[in-house]
Amino acid sequence: MTRVSMNVDGVVYEDEVESRTLLIHHLRERLGRVGTPIGCDTSNCGACTVLISGESVKSCSVFAVQADGEQITTIQGLADGQGVNGEAVGQWHPVQRAFQQHHGLQCGYCTPGMVLAAVDLLARNASPTEDEVRHGLEGNLCRCTGYQNIVKAVLSAASELRGEGPLPGSFQDSADLTGVGA
Amino acid sequence: MTEQLDAGMVAEQIADADALSSPRRGGELGRGRRRKEDAKLLTGQTNWTDNIVLPGLLHMSVLRSPMAHAKILSVDVSGALEMPGVIAAYSGADLAEVQGSLPCAWPVTPDMVHPDHHPLAVDEVRYVGDGVAVVVARDRYASADALEAIVVEYDELPVVLDMESAISDGTPLVHEDKGTNTCFVWPFAGGEDYDATKAKADVVVKRRFRQQRLLPAAMEPRAVVVAPIAAADDYTVYSATQIPHILRVMLALVTGIPEHRIRVIAPDVGGGFGSKLNVYAEEVLALVVAKKLGRPVKWTESRSEGFQATIHGRDQIQDVEICATQDGKVLGLKVDLLADMGAYLQLVTPGVPILGAFMFPAIYKMDAYSFTCTGVFTNKTPTDAYRGAGRPEATYAIERIMDELAHELGRDPMDLRRQNWIKHEEFPFETVCGLTYDSGNYEAATEKAEAMFGMAALRAEQKARRESRDPIQLGIGISTFTEMCGLAPSRVLGSLSYGAGGWEAAQIRMLPTGKVEVVSGATPHGQGHHTSWSQIVADALGVPFEDVECVTGDTDSSPKGMDTYGSRSLVVGGVAIHRAAAKVIEKARRVAAHLLEAAEGDVEFRSGTFSVKGSPEAKTTIQEVALATFAAHNLPEGMEPTIDADCVYDPENFSFPHGTHLCAVEVDTETGFTKIRKYVCVDDVGKVVNPVIVEGQVHGGLTQGIAQALYEEAIHDAAGNLVTGTMADYLLPTAADLPHFDTGRTETASTTNPLGVKGVGEAGTIASTPAVINAVVDALRPFGVNNIDMPATPERVWRLVQSGGSR
Ligand code: FES
Ligand code: FES
Repeated sequence: MTRVSMNVDGVVYEDEVESRTLLIHHLRERLGRVGTPIGCDTSNCGACTVLISGESVKSCSVFAVQADGEQITTIQGLADGQGVNGEAVGQWHPVQRAFQQHHGLQCGYCTPGMVLAAVDLLARNASPTEDEVRHGLEGNLCRCTGYQNIVKAVLSAASELRGEGPLPGSFQDSADLTGVGA
Repeated sequence: MTEQLDAGMVAEQIADADALSSPRRGGELGRGRRRKEDAKLLTGQTNWTDNIVLPGLLHMSVLRSPMAHAKILSVDVSGALEMPGVIAAYSGADLAEVQGSLPCAWPVTPDMVHPDHHPLAVDEVRYVGDGVAVVVARDRYASADALEAIVVEYDELPVVLDMESAISDGTPLVHEDKGTNTCFVWPFAGGEDYDATKAKADVVVKRRFRQQRLLPAAMEPRAVVVAPIAAADDYTVYSATQIPHILRVMLALVTGIPEHRIRVIAPDVGGGFGSKLNVYAEEVLALVVAKKLGRPVKWTESRSEGFQATIHGRDQIQDVEICATQDGKVLGLKVDLLADMGAYLQLVTPGVPILGAFMFPAIYKMDAYSFTCTGVFTNKTPTDAYRGAGRPEATYAIERIMDELAHELGRDPMDLRRQNWIKHEEFPFETVCGLTYDSGNYEAATEKAEAMFGMAALRAEQKARRESRDPIQLGIGISTFTEMCGLAPSRVLGSLSYGAGGWEAAQIRMLPTGKVEVVSGATPHGQGHHTSWSQIVADALGVPFEDVECVTGDTDSSPKGMDTYGSRSLVVGGVAIHRAAAKVIEKARRVAAHLLEAAEGDVEFRSGTFSVKGSPEAKTTIQEVALATFAAHNLPEGMEPTIDADCVYDPENFSFPHGTHLCAVEVDTETGFTKIRKYVCVDDVGKVVNPVIVEGQVHGGLTQGIAQALYEEAIHDAAGNLVTGTMADYLLPTAADLPHFDTGRTETASTTNPLGVKGVGEAGTIASTPAVINAVVDALRPFGVNNIDMPATPERVWRLVQSGGSR
């Protein structure tokens, strides 16, 4: 057993862990941070992606002991402003908003990983092309969406983060529809 | 009746598929509402089954057979019991009295061979991954560790893996006691005698197509948690399933626990694609072990475990023959199928190819149709429904053979289709299979798709590349598909020997504060049911979309249902909700008339308000009526104080979405690599409730169909091991592997349901595979290629180019 301390979504946790415990299992089973799911056992799917000091990492590919002293952001802590348990209560991150606006998720199982991988991608490349987004997300599998709307969402979030405003969304809010078709 | 979207809008759509989300009519239907489901999914507050933790929870792990076929001589679990944290361990023999046999609900013929299928093998294992023993321990790691301490002695038996050897003489038998590997032979014929028709034909074209084995690979692995209240003999089963209602019945039948003592909850479920439309060994095992121990038990599959232990899809050999006149009129079609069942029958294993039987003639008129399917046992994971279930196989065969016939006749493949398809004015049309297609407009969808595609320019480029012997050849593939959705009229299912009906249940509850609860038996796992249901109810009752709450996926709170598969949720479940809403309005009208002191016949309902004909100031809203009914102080004489309503809806027919998909591929004849250059699809799924959700379904469907054409194949070695046993080996496409899709729609309303809807869940998967392969074959025609096995990998393509088309 090794003593580790990590800051997860703004809360510091100290625990004794087995040296073989994967970070994803530590997050889910010890800390109860179950917002990050597991999709494979070969580090291929990206469902478990979290940010460690701002960089996207597949949390099934590192041991909990390797995350000692690190700052970890999961999907549960991505939004601005956090509740008692670090739960997102505030403004969603632009990438989260864009995923909803562009229907970038269906079952949502890949979504936590996809969103965090996209956050990292946009941190490294503020103006990616469609092709760069497609290649940048190669480590994250989605079985539902065919990726098209995910790519659109990431391009839209990029535009918003550059201060150019989001791309026109696929969905229309009721507000958008005022007076239309009535 | 076809409602063509107006011309200006069509042009816009060609430029931008987003235009589809523009509302076309007033109200909620056809409006691109943002999904209600998204908030929790985007913030990590989802309730996946594996997230569930209960006091005293134990973890179960399953020891699986490393052999495809062997006698079990002994299983010794004593080593496991000595491991730290282990609470119990059982072999198949230990559980023989309580584990029962897994159900197959579709005995397709009276003499179908239906072997026992124990959740844990007792005497013999029959595929790699067959369960042999379970361990239950205090945590995940401890139970996994303890598996290694179980000692099993096997006596290896010969294996049979391919279907043709399995049905030849002297072959090893998967089930020795059955004396055969043939599970069933299911013949079907429609129209005139096929052989007599063929005798009149000028041209006969034959091909053998293989539907490779596929892994459904929903992103959420399967998981189950069973919480017993031992003293009360009461069990709550949480399962990552598409079918909580069916599962409840089946768990009762398998285990003997009374049905009313079992509650099944499907929490948030992360995709299914048919793989969670089943009753699995682990669901039964977790239940019987939890019952034995009186403690909650969880099992979650690891991905590579799931690749062995969750059903596989497709796996058919199709011998297809089409006959026609010299001028291109199709006369008849003959299909001989071998369908791989795997080692056992799961819930609807034998029914999958039968569902396809009616779809081979597709959109074409013909005089004669002959079909035979032979179900075959092999030492592999059982197959079952995978997105499309039978219909992608049929669509592939007919759309491929139409291209081959066109080639044989020297005809343009679209012209040949046009000559033979059912004309718009011929609907409703009874096909050679006896199905009645209620509506369709193949001309409109095709015209639109061709315009979006730029067919003429691509054909010109293809010609130029052929003439210059460019190493990059261009191929154009067509798929003008239809499918049979909205499973299903119960009497039809009965006539096909399926064990249950095809209805769906709905309930609408009007709450005193004016909010509305919708209870539906269609269980979501990513489709956005709650959003679509809210739109249907908001539209019908004139209440705000935000005021509608949906209740699904729990046999306590949504007690009646047939669940989600076969593109049925909207077509059957949505219509049930629509009808329940109509009943609410009728009950509420009675109350409104009473309150307004008017005759019921004089009270009109519009946009949520009841008013009296001729005196518009006399009105009351449906919310006010709900409150008045709740208070019940002043109701019509003899009326029960409720305006809630139920509906159980049994569809009178299937629905028949259709569309035209066009694919252009660039094939590098030097490397064999295929790149999709352009993919255009125009789908006609009837009326739509939420166009953005519809488009998302199409995207996902296309991707799975394209993946079958180009990437995915479950491969076994000679000993029966799954070589593509992890996500590192099984090629699921990534964002970088896929093109941008240009999607469009035409709307030809279904005439057999009041919403005019047809279903969309499987359309993309059904249509896209032949479009891609037709394009690859088209690119390779100059090399003498007239067929290619799927997936069309670079190696396969390269070999065909090298060998001049011989496989
Ligand atoms: S669970 Fe980590 S990559 Fe799949
Ligand atoms: S949304 Fe289901 S896996 Fe991506």
